[in-house]
Amino acid sequence: MSERKFKYVGTRPIRHDGVDKVTGRANFGADFDAPGMLHGALLRSPHAHARILSVDTRAAEAVAGVKAVLTGQELPKLQSMWMGGAEGGIDFRDIAENCLARDKVLYHGHAVAAVAATTPEIALQAARMIEVEYEELTPVLDLEAAVASDAPILHDDLQPIGATDPLPEGPTNIAGRVEFSRGDVDAGFAEADVVVEREFRTQMVHQGYIEPHACVARIGEDDQVVVWCTTQGGFAVKNYSAMVLQMDPAKIKVISSEIGGGFGGKTTIYLEPVAIALARKARRPVKMVMSREEVFRATGPTSGTIVRAELGAKRDGTLVAGRLSMFYEAGAYRGSPAGPGAMCAFGSYKIPNFYIEAHDVVVNKPKVAAYRAPGAPMSTFATESLVDELARELGLDPIEMRLHNAVDEGDQAPYGPVYGPIGLRETLEAARSHPHYKAPLGQNQGRGIACGFWFNAGMSSSANVSLHADGSAVVATGNPDIGGSRAAQAQMVSEELGIPVERVRPVVADTDSVGYTDMTGGSRVCFATGMAVIQASRDVVDQLRARAAQIWGVELDSVAWEDGRALPANGAEGDHEPLPIEELAQQMGRTGGPIVGKASLTAPMAGPGFATHLCDLEVDPETGASRVVRYTAIQDAGKAVHPGYVEGQYQGGSAQGIGWALNEEYIFDERGEMENPGFLDYRMPVASDLPMIDTVIVEVPNPLHPYGVRGVGETPIVPPLAAVANAMRGATGVRFTVLPMSPPRVLEAIDA
Amino acid sequence: MLSIRYEAPASVGEAVALLDADEGAKVIAGGTDLLVQYRSGLREPTAFVDVKRIPDLMEISIDADGLVLGAATPAAEVFENTEIRQLWPGVAEATDLIGSTQIQGRATLGGNLCNSSPAADTVPALIAVGAQAVIAGPSGERELAVEDFVTGPGQNVLGRGEFLVKLRVPRPGPRTSDAYLRLIPRTEMDIAVVGAGVALTLDEGGTCTAARVAIGAVAPTALLVPDAAAALVGSSVDDAALAGAAQAASAAASPIDDKRGTVAYRRKVTGVLTQRAAAIAAERARER
Ligand SMILES: Cc1cc2nc3c(=O)[nH]c(=O)nc-3n(C[C@H](O)[C@H](O)[C@H](O)COP(=O)(O)OP(=O)(O)OC[C@H]3O[C@@H](n4cnc5c(N)ncnc54)[C@H](O)[C@@H]3O)c2cc1C
Repeated sequence: MSERKFKYVGTRPIRHDGVDKVTGRANFGADFDAPGMLHGALLRSPHAHARILSVDTRAAEAVAGVKAVLTGQELPKLQSMWMGGAEGGIDFRDIAENCLARDKVLYHGHAVAAVAATTPEIALQAARMIEVEYEELTPVLDLEAAVASDAPILHDDLQPIGATDPLPEGPTNIAGRVEFSRGDVDAGFAEADVVVEREFRTQMVHQGYIEPHACVARIGEDDQVVVWCTTQGGFAVKNYSAMVLQMDPAKIKVISSEIGGGFGGKTTIYLEPVAIALARKARRPVKMVMSREEVFRATGPTSGTIVRAELGAKRDGTLVAGRLSMFYEAGAYRGSPAGPGAMCAFGSYKIPNFYIEAHDVVVNKPKVAAYRAPGAPMSTFATESLVDELARELGLDPIEMRLHNAVDEGDQAPYGPVYGPIGLRETLEAARSHPHYKAPLGQNQGRGIACGFWFNAGMSSSANVSLHADGSAVVATGNPDIGGSRAAQAQMVSEELGIPVERVRPVVADTDSVGYTDMTGGSRVCFATGMAVIQASRDVVDQLRARAAQIWGVELDSVAWEDGRALPANGAEGDHEPLPIEELAQQMGRTGGPIVGKASLTAPMAGPGFATHLCDLEVDPETGASRVVRYTAIQDAGKAVHPGYVEGQYQGGSAQGIGWALNEEYIFDERGEMENPGFLDYRMPVASDLPMIDTVIVEVPNPLHPYGVRGVGETPIVPPLAAVANAMRGATGVRFTVLPMSPPRVLEAIDA
Repeated sequence: MLSIRYEAPASVGEAVALLDADEGAKVIAGGTDLLVQYRSGLREPTAFVDVKRIPDLMEISIDADGLVLGAATPAAEVFENTEIRQLWPGVAEATDLIGSTQIQGRATLGGNLCNSSPAADTVPALIAVGAQAVIAGPSGERELAVEDFVTGPGQNVLGRGEFLVKLRVPRPGPRTSDAYLRLIPRTEMDIAVVGAGVALTLDEGGTCTAARVAIGAVAPTALLVPDAAAALVGSSVDDAALAGAAQAASAAASPIDDKRGTVAYRRKVTGVLTQRAAAIAAERARER
C-alpha cells in the first residue's frame, strides 16, 4: 500500500463544483422554487419552558392567502425510542417534538405551529396571529441548576440511560451517564509526584454555517413526496421525515442541494416534516427557509460543559492517573455528545489509571446537534490544559512531555479498541522541528501547544461508476459534498480507471438514484464512500478487462489494466496491441452492453486521526484583547487524496476552534432568551481576525483503506481550545479555565 | 403586507415637505442601518425618502473655514479624500472603521449620526473636532453642535419634517490634530464596546493649549468630557497628563453591563483608549 505510486491521488485539481460556486450559479437550499409554491413560516415559543394549554389557529386561517395551518398535535404521536450511536443518538419522538412542540415548549424559539401562505410575509403575519395559551414554568438554564435536587423537570418520563451507578431515581434532568476506566485511579494518584486539578467551563456554541436551513416539499397527486433541501444526508432526511410523519420511506425522495456548511448541524431535520405536512394539507409545494435568528435560536448548537479534571504525573513527566467528571448540556432533549467527549478525552496518552464519567443533561436551551468532533473539543480543552500545567510544574518542554506519553500502535484507546498504525507521535515530531516552534516570541505573546484525537467513523456507503461511450465516467454517491468530496472521489476514479480527473464527473445523487448511504459526517466520506468509489471503479476495470479478454480471445487474467489501457499479460504479451479505455467504451454496446460499476459497503471501523496544533497569541494587557499572530495545524491524514482540501479542513477546524476559544458563546437572559442571535454579537472570527493558518500534512497510512486514507474533517477542531488557552497562559501568566477568553474576561483575570 | 413608498426628492425643500407630510416616512441615506432594522422587523416605515439626489447632501468642500460634508456622502468617499485624511485624521479613521469595504460604499456619516446609536464610531470623532450639524426643517435651517444632537439611544433632536443636511467641521489650526480609537473583540464587522476621540492643539513648545475629548459606547449618548480635556491642557501630553485624562474619561463613563462588556471593563478601557488616542493626536499635532 505505502509503495503504491499514485498518479492522480495527491494532486490538487480544481473542484468540479468550484466554478459554479465562485460565480454564484450553484443552487443552495433556498435557491429552489417549484411552480405554485407556497411559503411556510413558524410560530415560535416566547418562553423557554412552558406547558401548551391551547392553540387557536382560527385567526390565522382566516387571513387571505393562507392555505394551511399546522400544529404539533396534528403530527403523529410517537413513542419514545432511543437509538444510541457513536456520535450521540436519536429518539424520533424528540425529533418530531423538536420540529413542532406538542404539549410543552422546552426552549425559547421552539416551533409551536406553522403556516403556509402565498407569500412569506403573509405566512409570517398569519403565524403571529395564532393564539397560544401557555402555562409558564421555571426555565432550567444551566447545568448546576439542572442537576440540583429541586430542579424543575423538563421531561416527567425521562429515563436515564447508560452506566447506572449512580444514576438518579425518580424524575431527573440527567438523561444519561457513561463511564470509562482503567487501572486503579486512587493508587495512580498516590503514585504521582505532581497532581493538577481544575474545573473547566465552556458555553454553548454554534457551528455557524453560512447557509441557513431551507427546503421545498412537493406532494404529487399520488402522494409521492419530493423534498429539495440542504442537508448532510439525503437518506437521513428521507428516513427521519418518514418516521416523524409515520410514512413509508419509499414515498419520500430527497434531492440535496449544494450545502453552505453543516459541520454536523445539518445531520438532523427541523423544517422538512413540517413542509411535507403543510404541502399535504395545502396540496401545493411549500418552501421553508430559516432566518439567521431562527438558526441560532432553534437549530442545534453544541453543548455548554463543565469538566472537573485531575491529572497526575511522575517527576519525569510520565502520566500515571487521570480523573474526569463531566457534564454536557443536551439542550431540550437527550443526546449531548458526552459519550464521544469521554471517549476522546485521554485518547492521546498512555495513562495507566483513569476514571472518566460524563453526564448528558437536559436544559431549556435548543437541542444540541453534532458539531465537528462532537464533545471532544471540550473534554480535550480540560485535559490538554492540564498536560500543559504539568509540563510547567515539572519544567518540561510541552512537546517532550507529550511525546513521552504519546500513544502508539498497539496501545489501547481509553474506550477499548487497540490502536492500529497512528500518527500522533509523527505530528508531535513535526511540530518540534517546525520553524514555528523555534521562532522567538514578541512582547505580550505566548505560545500554546495542544494535541487532539478523534476516532472517525466508517458506516455505510454506496457508489456507482458509469462509463460513457467516449471513455469518460460519472461517479454517483449519496453524500452531499461539504468539503470537496466530489473532487476527491473523481480523483479515486481517475486513479483506478487511468483517466484524467476532468473526464470524471462526480455527482451527488438523490435518494432514489443511489444505494443507501449514511450521512456526510464523522469524517467518513473520503474514507468510507471513497472506498465504495474505489471498489465500484475496480468493478468497472474488471468489466473493461473482460471486454478486452473477449476481443482478444484470451483468459481474464491475461489482461492487465494500466494507465487507462488494457494490456496483455501472463504470456499474452506481444500478441495484442493495448486497448485504451476510449476504444473499449466505444465498443461496449457490442461487447456486452453498458458498463456500470457499483459497490455498497459498511466500514465498521475507520482509523483515528491525531493532530498537534501550535498557537502564538498576543494579548493587549490593558484591554484584554488578544490576537492570534501565528497558527500551525499539523495532522495525520493517512493519505491526502486532495492535499488542498485536506489543508482546508485543518484551517477551517482551527478557525472554528479559535473562535470558540476567544469570543463565541450563546448568551441567554434570565428567561432563557438568547441575546445574541446574529453574527454581530455571536462573534465568529472574520477573515481579518486570523493569520494565514499554516498546515503540515503527516501521512501514516491507514491500513483499513486501500490508499491509506483517514478522515480529516473533525480532528482539527479538537486541539484549538487548549492550544489558545495554553498560549494565553504563556502570554498573561493566567490559566484560563472558562471559555470564551473574551477581552472583558481576560482583562478581569489579568487585573485580579 | 404593507407596501412602502420610495421617494427621491431633488431638493432640501422637497424633502422637508415629504417628511412633514408623513410622520411614518424615514430618510434613507446608505440604508446600512435602516434596511437592517426594517428587515428584522424593528422599524416599519411608510416611506423611504432617499436624500442622495439632493446636491447639498452629497458635497464635500474644504476651504479656509474648514469642511462642509453633505450628510449623505458615502464613507468611502470621505476616507478616500486625502485632504480630509490630512486635516482630520481621527474623523477619517473613524469613518474607515465602519463595517467593511462594501458597507463603506453605502454608509454615511449623516446616517451614523442620525441613527443615534451610542456606539456609532464617527460621532465621538466628530465631537472631538468640534463638528456642527446643519438641520433643515419646515421652519428653516438650524445648526447645533454634534454633542448636542443625540439625546438618547436611537433618539435625537430632529423634529417632524426635519433632517440633517450637512456637517461643518472647523479647519484645524497649526499643531492641531485628532485621533479616534475603538475596542472591538474582532478586527472588523463589529460594534464598538468603547470608543474614544481626542483632538488637541499644541503650542510651539509642545504644550497643549486646547483639547476636546469624546467617548462613545459607554453612556446613552457619546459624551464630551471636559475634565479629560482639562487634564491635557497645559501639559506636554506627558504620562501624568495622559493618566489624568484617562482617569477623567473613565469617571465620565456611565456604561451598562450587557452582552458586549461589563461596567468595570468598559470604564477601564475608556481610560485606556482615551490615553492612547490622546498620545496619537499629540504625536500627529507635533508633526503638523
Ligand atoms: C455589517 C455592518 C457593519 C457596521 N459596522 C459599523 C461600525 O463599525 N461602526 C459604526 O459606527 N456603524 C457600523 N454599522 C452601522 C452603519 O453602517 C452606520 O451607522 C452608517 O454610518 C449608517 O449610515 P447609512 O447612510 O447607511 O444610514 P441609513 O441606514 O440610511 O440611516 C440610518 C438612520 O439615520 C436616518 N438618517 C440617515 N440620513 C439622515 C439624514 N440626512 N437626516 C435625517 N435622518 C437620516 C435614517 O432615517 C435612519 O434612521 C455597520 C452596519 C452594518 C450593516
